[in-house]
Amino acid sequence: MSRFTKEMETRAYELLALYPEKRSATIPLCHLAQEQNGYLTEESMVQIADLVGTTPAEVLGAASFYDMLHTEPVGKYVVGVCTNIACLLQGGEELLGHAEEKLGIATGATTDDGMFTLEDMECIAHCDHAPALQVNYRFFGPLTNDGFDTLVDDLSAGKLESEVPPHGTLSRVQRKHPIAVPLEEIVRHRRDSDAKEGERLAAKAAAEAKEGSN
Amino acid sequence: MPLPPLKIVSARANDPKNVTLEGYLANGGYQGLKRAVLEMNPEDVRDQVMQASLLGRGGAGFEAGRKWSMLKKSDIRYLVINGDESEPATFKDHMLVESDPHQLVEGALIAGYAIGAARVFIFLRGEFALGFERVQNAINEAYDYGAIGRDIFGSKFSIDLVLHPGAGAYICGEETSLLESLEGKRGFPRIKPPYFPAVIGLYGKPTIVNNVETVANLPWIVKNGASSFTDLGAGRSRGTRMFALSGQVNRPGTYELEMAKNTFRDIIFDPEFGGGLRPGRSLKAIIPGGVSAPWLGPDQLDVVLGQDEVAAVGSMLGSGSIIVMDDSTCMVKAAWRISKFFARESCGQCTPCREGGSWIEKVMNRIESGAGREEDLDLLMDLCDNIVPGVSWPPQQTTICVLGPSIPSSVAVSIKMFRDEYLTHIKEGGCPYD
Repeated sequence: MSRFTKEMETRAYELLALYPEKRSATIPLCHLAQEQNGYLTEESMVQIADLVGTTPAEVLGAASFYDMLHTEPVGKYVVGVCTNIACLLQGGEELLGHAEEKLGIATGATTDDGMFTLEDMECIAHCDHAPALQVNYRFFGPLTNDGFDTLVDDLSAGKLESEVPPHGTLSRVQRKHPIAVPLEEIVRHRRDSDAKEGERLAAKAAAEAKEGSN
Repeated sequence: MPLPPLKIVSARANDPKNVTLEGYLANGGYQGLKRAVLEMNPEDVRDQVMQASLLGRGGAGFEAGRKWSMLKKSDIRYLVINGDESEPATFKDHMLVESDPHQLVEGALIAGYAIGAARVFIFLRGEFALGFERVQNAINEAYDYGAIGRDIFGSKFSIDLVLHPGAGAYICGEETSLLESLEGKRGFPRIKPPYFPAVIGLYGKPTIVNNVETVANLPWIVKNGASSFTDLGAGRSRGTRMFALSGQVNRPGTYELEMAKNTFRDIIFDPEFGGGLRPGRSLKAIIPGGVSAPWLGPDQLDVVLGQDEVAAVGSMLGSGSIIVMDDSTCMVKAAWRISKFFARESCGQCTPCREGGSWIEKVMNRIESGAGREEDLDLLMDLCDNIVPGVSWPPQQTTICVLGPSIPSSVAVSIKMFRDEYLTHIKEGGCPYD
């Protein structure tokens, strides 16, 4: 169940084909697995390792390094409240405190119904809307306590499904084009154009030297 | 009075149609790329950028033309655009990718042409989900339009461009860490030397890493010429700069200003820009250039917003962010939060950063929460000295990357500027602002 479905596997191979070395697709594939399952299961990390030609331990090593990659189940909505300096100055800590109360969970935890996970985030680059937060990496702010309550109620009621897809969907826009020109062809082309550039630069230097000696 | 802004990179930011190819073309888009690939040789583009004195907009401020000139000759070389904007209170690239995705694509392609890149990767911060969708859509449209792919615009130049997502790690803004991440690994900065990816970069090949705002300037420079660019600004700081203004100011936001022509006072207090502080409040401190930068006081409001000008007063223009703190702010708490950020984001490779950062955060937290001791101030300075000998600025490098040496500045400068406030916390056993 947690391996890629047929459709997702097709997307996985499309991603792999974008990189000169397959291992570069590790993080895009981790995002893809989260899009399918909400988080990274052991089985999917094993499959990703197989696809990119590395070991499951290396995939787990990468996955555990990055804040957006979850190796444990998270809620449908991951609410990340920013408490870094710009939000702190505008009440980010207080907003996080209120969020704990409203959701009835501590920071880092998930509600029993599996709807919400609450996180304390570092700067999300939405500082002109402080205090700000993200739900599944979609921006909201500035938020009052009441505004937060409304947001949570709307999410619970399914009113924001078009703005906020379930956790794991990084982008609803997919790349349409495969790599147009194989790397080997580009290399041949660059070799030719570098040679021509060398000739132009040499001619220019010779012309300048001639001008200088006149 | 600040000068009326001449906008380069944010000129189309307020036009909602601009996110589509149709809107971008109506606004004069892709003329720079067309000129570059159809009328100019790659070395001509590089000359223009060199003459424009375009300083990198990521934070270090290294001249883009010079960086390009260091690229080692090789049949395969790569261009990577650094869109991993995570420096606290820096949100200019967030604005640029969401409001003008085609400008980023066009700029990246011009840079790719100039350096003869085999492939271009745009590494975008994972948390910028909307920005990712907009840039991916722009790339799809640009392929269909013939701006990316085989023989672009009928020229003999072919190139592919790939949008790559980050996954949430501040350290990946450091260029060698970004390359590790792009290779599918943990974002550990690489040991130097080699000092520059221009020699050994992505997959061991020569690689140029340029910031989003840096390449966003290229369409304008190619279209209007380097001399139009150097007509703006002063000294080494030419063209415009995106400033991200945040904190306790009436109108926080991103403002594009001519380089080296305005002061902190202009951007914070002018009604066109920051619009001043809240009623009855006075300015306590400014954090320019990112949280690695030493703070400035109200007596330094007239410092000019230029690279060398801010460096001359012992801080940095850095990422172009400006955090405003008024007299309702606890300086110990502000400095503690910054130390917590560094402690969380250290990749853990180097002892001074991993251990030092974490201990500084613990001691700062102890003072802020009321359990501090007077000797803690000396202890903090000693910890700082262990990360950066002499607590010098610019900091001496003791670690693989600059994250570690960035830790001491906010702690040391806040103790220097607001020692009394620290002592009050210690004597009263708590934060006087709570």
